[in-house]
Amino acid sequence: MSYLENNLKRVPTGLSKVLYLNWPLFLLLCAVACAGFLMLYSVAGGSIDRWAEPQMERFAVGCAAMFLIAMVPIWFWRNMAGLAYLTSLALLVGVEVAGTVGMGAQRWIDLGFMRLQPSELMKIALVMILAAYYDWLDVKKVSNPIWVIPPLILIALPTLLVLKQPDLGTALLLIMGGGAVMFCAGVSWWYWGIAIAGGVGTVTAVFSSRGTPWQLLKDYQYRRIDTFLDPASDPLGSGYHITQSKIALGSGGWTGRGFMQGTQSRLNFLPEKHTDFIFTTLAEEFGFVGAVSLLAVYIGIVVFCIVSAMQNRDRFGALVTLGIGTTFFLFFAVNMAMVMGLAPVVGVPLPLVSYGGSAMLVLMCGFGLVQSAHVHRLRSR
Amino acid sequence: MKRTNRDTETSAGRVTRRSLVLGSVQLGIAGVLGWRMQQMQVEQADQFRLLAEENRINMRLLAPARGMIFDRNGIPLAENSQNYRIVIVREDAGDVEAALEKLRQLIYIGDDEIERTLKEIARRSSFVPVTVTDQRSWDDLAAVAVNTPALPGITPDVGLTRNYPLGPDYAHVVGYVGPVSDYDLSKIDDDDPLLQIPKFQIGKTGVEQKYEHDLRGKAGAKRIEVNAAGRVMRELDRDEGVPGTDLQLTVESKLQNFTEARLALGLSAAAVVMDVQTGDLVAVGNAPTFDPNKFVRGISVSDYGDLTGNKYRPLANKAVQGAYPPGSTFKMLVSLAALESGLLSSDETIYCGGYTELGNRRFHCWKRGGHGRMNLEQSLQQSCDVFYYELAQRVGIDRIAEQARKFGIGEEFDLPMSAVTSGVMPDKAWKRERYGQEWRVGDSLNAAIGQGYVLSSPLQLAVMTARIASGTRIKPRLVKSIDGVETPVVGAEPLDLNEGHLRLIRKGMYAVSNTGRGTGYGSRIEREGFTMAGKSGTSQVRSVVVNNADVPWEERDHGLFVCYAPYDNPKYAVSVIVEHGGGGSSAAAPVARDIMLFALHGELPPLESYPSNDRGKIEELFAGLDLRSDFRPSENRRSRV
Repeated sequence: MSYLENNLKRVPTGLSKVLYLNWPLFLLLCAVACAGFLMLYSVAGGSIDRWAEPQMERFAVGCAAMFLIAMVPIWFWRNMAGLAYLTSLALLVGVEVAGTVGMGAQRWIDLGFMRLQPSELMKIALVMILAAYYDWLDVKKVSNPIWVIPPLILIALPTLLVLKQPDLGTALLLIMGGGAVMFCAGVSWWYWGIAIAGGVGTVTAVFSSRGTPWQLLKDYQYRRIDTFLDPASDPLGSGYHITQSKIALGSGGWTGRGFMQGTQSRLNFLPEKHTDFIFTTLAEEFGFVGAVSLLAVYIGIVVFCIVSAMQNRDRFGALVTLGIGTTFFLFFAVNMAMVMGLAPVVGVPLPLVSYGGSAMLVLMCGFGLVQSAHVHRLRSR
Repeated sequence: MKRTNRDTETSAGRVTRRSLVLGSVQLGIAGVLGWRMQQMQVEQADQFRLLAEENRINMRLLAPARGMIFDRNGIPLAENSQNYRIVIVREDAGDVEAALEKLRQLIYIGDDEIERTLKEIARRSSFVPVTVTDQRSWDDLAAVAVNTPALPGITPDVGLTRNYPLGPDYAHVVGYVGPVSDYDLSKIDDDDPLLQIPKFQIGKTGVEQKYEHDLRGKAGAKRIEVNAAGRVMRELDRDEGVPGTDLQLTVESKLQNFTEARLALGLSAAAVVMDVQTGDLVAVGNAPTFDPNKFVRGISVSDYGDLTGNKYRPLANKAVQGAYPPGSTFKMLVSLAALESGLLSSDETIYCGGYTELGNRRFHCWKRGGHGRMNLEQSLQQSCDVFYYELAQRVGIDRIAEQARKFGIGEEFDLPMSAVTSGVMPDKAWKRERYGQEWRVGDSLNAAIGQGYVLSSPLQLAVMTARIASGTRIKPRLVKSIDGVETPVVGAEPLDLNEGHLRLIRKGMYAVSNTGRGTGYGSRIEREGFTMAGKSGTSQVRSVVVNNADVPWEERDHGLFVCYAPYDNPKYAVSVIVEHGGGGSSAAAPVARDIMLFALHGELPPLESYPSNDRGKIEELFAGLDLRSDFRPSENRRSRV
């Protein structure tokens, strides 16, 4: 009798699985989503049907998807990883070919009932395929150079496609999310040293290529970086977003101006106030207390993922949980850093709060995997 | 899935270690985020709060109510009237043209107004109110107001605009305001933010211009909250500013109205009525005149062209700007100079043979046959020129000039009207400086009869007459009080002259108006206690004496007349010029007499005041005058803050 079979018996079956779901994690997700509804209601000027209601509907659909995915054993999803990755890759190629132009970048596929962002889908699919890869790979070979190359290719393919769209934020998220899975799988520290050195080299290359025929980034991406480095250089042009965002955020003070009392977002000084910059409104209206509370809830979600992964003996389940958790972390960390002027404006939404269908649905599906891994985890003796 | 327990445990152990590392890094980053929040929202909150306020709060200037201008009896000459206008907001109207069409069914709106409105709407943001039409009646406003539900985006609105209720009567004295122009801004060194308001009305001429600083008031402000697009969301607070100072002028509106109407019977004329004791300018009339209200809104090019192209120069304030040869009205001053210098005694006579010979030049008297022997009184009465040629040779120009300047000739009076002229009182030094030539005796002879280089304005002649009548160095004043504070009377102290000499001059002037041979006898006042003393003048425009009826208007003589009354207790001094009107006694004296009588009566004089054989003519003349009857006292006089 193998260890595996022995432990499988302790995995809950049938409807009893519901009792084994990671309920605290779900409650934290709900808390974040509710904060999102409140803010969407607020930035719409007290209108519920403009953004808040559609967002609620999507969250409900997302919850349903999450529970559905959670009920299915995690090894089924492991088997689906390759298919998910290939589908996402195909869709990414699809947007290149037949994508709809929105907000200056090709990012959506119109499915009729909703506009799908394949790059969002890819964030989850990439985590799945990498986790599946390391689950399949002999643990001893993890740091073998031959076996390090395939995951790098798996990361590089979608990253390049996303960069071509161009969507710098998602590309960074893919690299960092994929990198996190590789890191957790145990790839040797040497590689990380090399990767960091390579990263620094790339940044240098990106900057030195500016203005040359082999320019690596689009002009607007360079401008965003310029703006990030010195927002005051162009306060009404590209620096406008970040300057206004910081003003609104900073003017919140300790306890904020009060719900629906934020002047900056209400008076349209903030761009994209319901999507990428929604955190600014929250920080303005609820102040330091509100902003830190949200940050705490986010950290809580990540911590629950890490704890769940640490309890999980199943390599795929643990790695997927960590990968999803890290992706989620990257979402809010990059978004918050962006609106606070710590990172360039790269167009990453605040997870579960910013208005937007595919990001929310995909994240909830991701948490479905986390829940599935939690329910079907291999418990230690 | 061929994995041993040991492998699984190793792998799980590594994943655990690595996830702890990852979690620590994530917590560290989250810590940085939290620290940044603390920095921005706690440490630098005040700074950002300030920036946020600057972002959303705009200051808007509020134009203060302009000070009002009243006449001496409190009748408003310049006031701020409600400007009823109709405005449209594009975003509320939806289909602008349809909305305007509906509006046109309700009230009359010209095609040009519609066109201008559509043009302006196209230029502006959709939320900016655009004026469709202004200066509407209350009825129009009410018609729109009750129908607003049917007129989307169209609202009635009230603003303030300058209004001159007496219109043309005070066009030259009070002047007018108009929208501030770039040219105005380049000329005045004033950093008042009000001037930056588009179409802000500032004084352009007359009292409105000279007292601009007092009339304008201090700008108020309101703080408004705006959004990123500049749309006004709400008003936070306002400071109304300080309204402009009210002015009271010395003018009397009924008399002014009569003066304007009486002058208008001539083609181009001017008159000044001055209070002999206080120097108050009770009327300053000009003909033709214009409606200053047309300038307030911006005058049309064709209307402006009509005014500037008119050869009678309606825009000119001839009463104070016009410099004319005073003609024989100057003779009083020459006599005084002779008397004061002791070169003429009161009973001395000089023979007039019709001309004076100077070298090989003959200076003619206006009466070719000559006057015979003349004393001072007779010389004034009959306006003998030869008498004054003789005086000029005795006295010399410098002493004449010295005497004349005491009476205001050549003096620029500090009055708040546009382009007040100093005229010219020449002397030897003046000619040397001006022409680089020596003064010649012939120049003195010309000057002695108010010709040649001597130029004076009707205002100066009025001042001269008032000073002769009162014996004081009284100065004219136009502003009676500023903000309720009376302006002082200046110059009530006596002139440094022999009173007996002055009495002689007055007697001469009395003779002009009240004795059969006097040049002004035809325009005498017969009523007891109102008798007038005057002096006519005819100043030549061309040097050759011709018959006025035979030459074009521009070449005819100017008719002048100065007078004061009552003779024994002088109250008013009047000077009148009828440009190119011919002789002073025929063209100007009747006008001066009518104005004087009106001034003394305070209303249209009864016919009994006129010589009996003139009454029919006068009655006819009065019937033809278009006089104003609606002098309403100020109803909207602002209460002071």
